[in-house]
Amino acid sequence: MINFNKFYKLFNLISLSLVVISIILLFVKGLNYGVDFKGGTLIELRSNDKKISVTSLRYSFRNMNLGDFNVKKFGDENDFLIKIEKNNSNTNTIESIKKELKASLGNTFKFRRVENVGPKVSSELLKSGIIAIALSLAAMLFYIWIRFEWQFSLGAIMALFHDVIITLGLFSLFSFEINLSIVAAVLTIVGYSMNDTVVIYDRVRENLRKFSHIRIFELTNISINETLSRTIITSVTTLLALISIYLFGGEVLKGFSLAMIMGVIFGTYSSIYIANPILVILRVSQKTILKEDNE
Amino acid sequence: MLYFSKLRITLVSVLTLFFIFIASSNFQDPDNSFISKRINLGLDLQGGSYLLLEIDNGPIEIQKLQNTTTFIRNYLKDKKVVFTDLRIKDKAIFFNTNKKDNEIIESFFSDKESEINPYYSQYKSHQFDVTINENEFKLTLSKYGLIDIKTSSQDQAIEIVRRRVDEVGTNEPNILKRGNNRILVELPGLDDPMRIKSLLGKTANLTFRFVTQKNNDTFGVEKLQFEDGTNEALVSKRIILNGENLLDAQPQMNNQTNETVVSFTLDRVGAKRFGKATRAGIGKQLAIVLDGKIVSAPVIRDAIVSGSGQISGNFTFQSATDLALLLRSGALPAPLNIIEERTVGPELGQDSINAGVFALLIGFLLVIIFMFFKYKIFGLIANVTLLINLFFLVGILTIFEATLTLPGIAGIILTVGMAVDANVLIFERIKEEIKNEKNNIIAFDTGYIKSKTAILDANITTLIAAIILFFMGSGPIKGFSVTLVVGIFTTLFSVYFIARMLTALYVVKNKEKGKLI
Repeated sequence: MINFNKFYKLFNLISLSLVVISIILLFVKGLNYGVDFKGGTLIELRSNDKKISVTSLRYSFRNMNLGDFNVKKFGDENDFLIKIEKNNSNTNTIESIKKELKASLGNTFKFRRVENVGPKVSSELLKSGIIAIALSLAAMLFYIWIRFEWQFSLGAIMALFHDVIITLGLFSLFSFEINLSIVAAVLTIVGYSMNDTVVIYDRVRENLRKFSHIRIFELTNISINETLSRTIITSVTTLLALISIYLFGGEVLKGFSLAMIMGVIFGTYSSIYIANPILVILRVSQKTILKEDNE
Repeated sequence: MLYFSKLRITLVSVLTLFFIFIASSNFQDPDNSFISKRINLGLDLQGGSYLLLEIDNGPIEIQKLQNTTTFIRNYLKDKKVVFTDLRIKDKAIFFNTNKKDNEIIESFFSDKESEINPYYSQYKSHQFDVTINENEFKLTLSKYGLIDIKTSSQDQAIEIVRRRVDEVGTNEPNILKRGNNRILVELPGLDDPMRIKSLLGKTANLTFRFVTQKNNDTFGVEKLQFEDGTNEALVSKRIILNGENLLDAQPQMNNQTNETVVSFTLDRVGAKRFGKATRAGIGKQLAIVLDGKIVSAPVIRDAIVSGSGQISGNFTFQSATDLALLLRSGALPAPLNIIEERTVGPELGQDSINAGVFALLIGFLLVIIFMFFKYKIFGLIANVTLLINLFFLVGILTIFEATLTLPGIAGIILTVGMAVDANVLIFERIKEEIKNEKNNIIAFDTGYIKSKTAILDANITTLIAAIILFFMGSGPIKGFSVTLVVGIFTTLFSVYFIARMLTALYVVKNKEKGKLI
C-alpha cells in the first residue's frame, strides 16, 4: 500500500501554485488563438520545389501587402502554413495570392487547405466554445451531486478546473495554438478526468458504508490504493492510443492529441491528489453517506 | 449470473456477424455490395469546400421602409387625415400630425385587420412598432417584422443559391439554412471554390434602362459607371425591363463580330414591353445595367419585337457563360457575404485518411499487446471484445450513414483506448474478490456486480461531455462527438454482452483451477 495521503498537503500546494501560475499566464500572456477564434486566413501550401524556404515565402508574402502574417514549416519538409491576420473573405484574395506566388516563385505550389474566418464568426465560435466548456462543467457538477453528495461534487469540479486550467496554462506557456479541436480536447479531458474521479469516489463511498471507524484521511488512501491498478492501466491504454495519434495521426491532430495527453496525465493526478484531499478538508464521514441512504 | 442461455449466445453471435457484415460494406464497391449504405467522409477527409454565407438584409429593410412610406402616404391621403413631413430617418418612418387625429391614425396601425401595418397572428405582433410623441409618429420594424423580412429573404436566397450551384454542376452539394440570415454551402470534392464564390458574390440584378442626357427625366436619373470602370453615363431610373422577364440566357459567339455575347429570350410580357420601348426609343442608347454597373449601352437601331436579344460587353467565353448562368438562375434578394470558408484539397484529405487509419492501427496494436501481457487469457477476451466493439462502432456509423471526420477518427482511436477501461475495472474488481473468495464463479459474479456503478457513472460523465460537444460543436468537431457517443454505447454493450459471455464460458469450464485471473 502506498501512502498517498502523506503527500496530500505537498501536492495540494504544488497544484495550487501551478493553477495560480497558469491563471497569471492566461491573463498576462494570453492564449495563442488560431484562425477559428481570432479570424483571418490560413493557407497550407505544398511546394514541389525543394529550394523554396520559409524565408523566400516570407519575402513573397511581404510584397503582397496583406497586413500581419506568419509563415512556418508544417510537418513535411515542403509543407508550409501561412496565417494572415486580416480576414480576406474577399473573393479575389486567394486568387491573387496564387497569381503572385506563381509570378515570384514559380508554379510549384499546391494549395492544400484554405481557411477563412470572418470576425463575426470567430467571435461566435469563441463564445460557443467557452459556453460548451462551462456547460459541461455545470452538467458534471449536477450529475455528481445527484449521484453522490455535494462534497463529492465540489471535489470533482475542483479536480476538473485544475486539469482544464493547467492544460490551458501550458498552452499559453508554450504558445501552442488554440483552435476548435482544442476545445474538443478540453471537453474530452473533462469527461476523462471525471471518469477517473468517479471510479475512486465510487470506492470511497463503498468503503464509507463498510467502515465506520476509519477516518476519511485513511479511507481515501485505502480507496486510492484499491483502484490504483485500474487507474494506471486505463491511463496507459488511453495514453497509448493518444500517443499513436500524436505521432502518426498527421499534423492536423497534433495539437488535439497533445492537449489530450496533458489532460489525461493531469486528470489521473488530480483524481488522486485534488479530488480526495477535498473530501478530507470537507470532513466527509459515514454520516454524509448515510444521510443519503436514508433519504 | 454467469449462465448464458443458448438462445442468448446465438443472438449475440448473429448480431456480431451482422455488424461485421455491415461494417465491411464500406470497403466494397458500392455497386456490388449488398447494402448500399456507407459512412460519409467529411469535407476534411474527402476534400471540398465549406462556405458560410450571410445575407446582408440592410438593403431589403430600406426597400421595405421606402415601399411602406409610399403606401402610408396614399393611404392617409385616401382617409383624408392631415399629416406633414413624412420621411425616413435612422431606419424609421416619421410623420407629423395635427395631434387631434392621433387616435384615428393610431387605430389605422393598431387594428388587427390593418392594411398598412400587417398583423402576424402567429407572433401576436404587428410588422411595425408605432410610438407617438406629441404630434410625431414614429414607425420602426418590430422584432417580428425583421424576422419576417429575414426569413423570406433567406427562403428566396437559398433557392437562388441552389440554382446557381446546381448549374455549375458540382458533386452532391449540400445547401442548408443556418439561423435566419445565413446559408451553409458544402461542396464535396471541390478544391477551388473561386468560381462558385464569384457566382454567389453577385446579386445579378439586371435592368434595361435608357441613357439620357437631360436631368429632368420624370423618374430621376443616376450616374452609373461602366463595368470596366473607364466611363460613366447618366441613366434614367425608369426601368424598361428587369431580369424577372428573362426566360433563358446562353453564351454565344456572334459570327459577324467574332465576339462572345450573351443571348437572351424574354417572356411574353417582357417581349411586348421591350418591343414598345425600343420602337419609341430608336436612336437612343439602351443601358444594360447589372448590379449598379453598366455592362454595355448599345444604340437602338430597330424596334426589337422578337423578344430576344444579345448583350455584348468584352466578354470572354467564361465570363459570358457565368453571366448567362446568373441571369438564368435569377437575382438574389440581397447581397451575400462569405463569412467563413474552409477548403481542403483532395490530396490533404487522402493524407489525413492514411495518417488516421495508420494511427488507429498502431494505437489498436499497442493496446492489444499491453492488455494481453497484463491479463493473458482475459486480456485476449478483452481484445476480442475490443475488435468486435470496433465493428459495432463502424457498423452503426454505417447504418446511420454518419459523417466521418478527421477528429472523428481520433474519436475512434480514443474509444479504443478508453473502451478497455470497463473491462479493466471488472477484472481488477474480480482480482480483489478472488483474494477472499475461493469459488471462482462467485468471485467473477460479484466482480461484475460491484463494478457496475463505477462503470455506469464513469461512462455517463463522458457521455455528458460528448453530447454537449455535439450540440455546441460545428463540422469536424461534431464528427468527433458522434463517434465518442456511439463508442460509449457499443463499448458498454460489448463489455456486458460479449466480454461477459466469453468470460463466463471460460470460467465455467475452468472453475476448479484455482486462481483464474
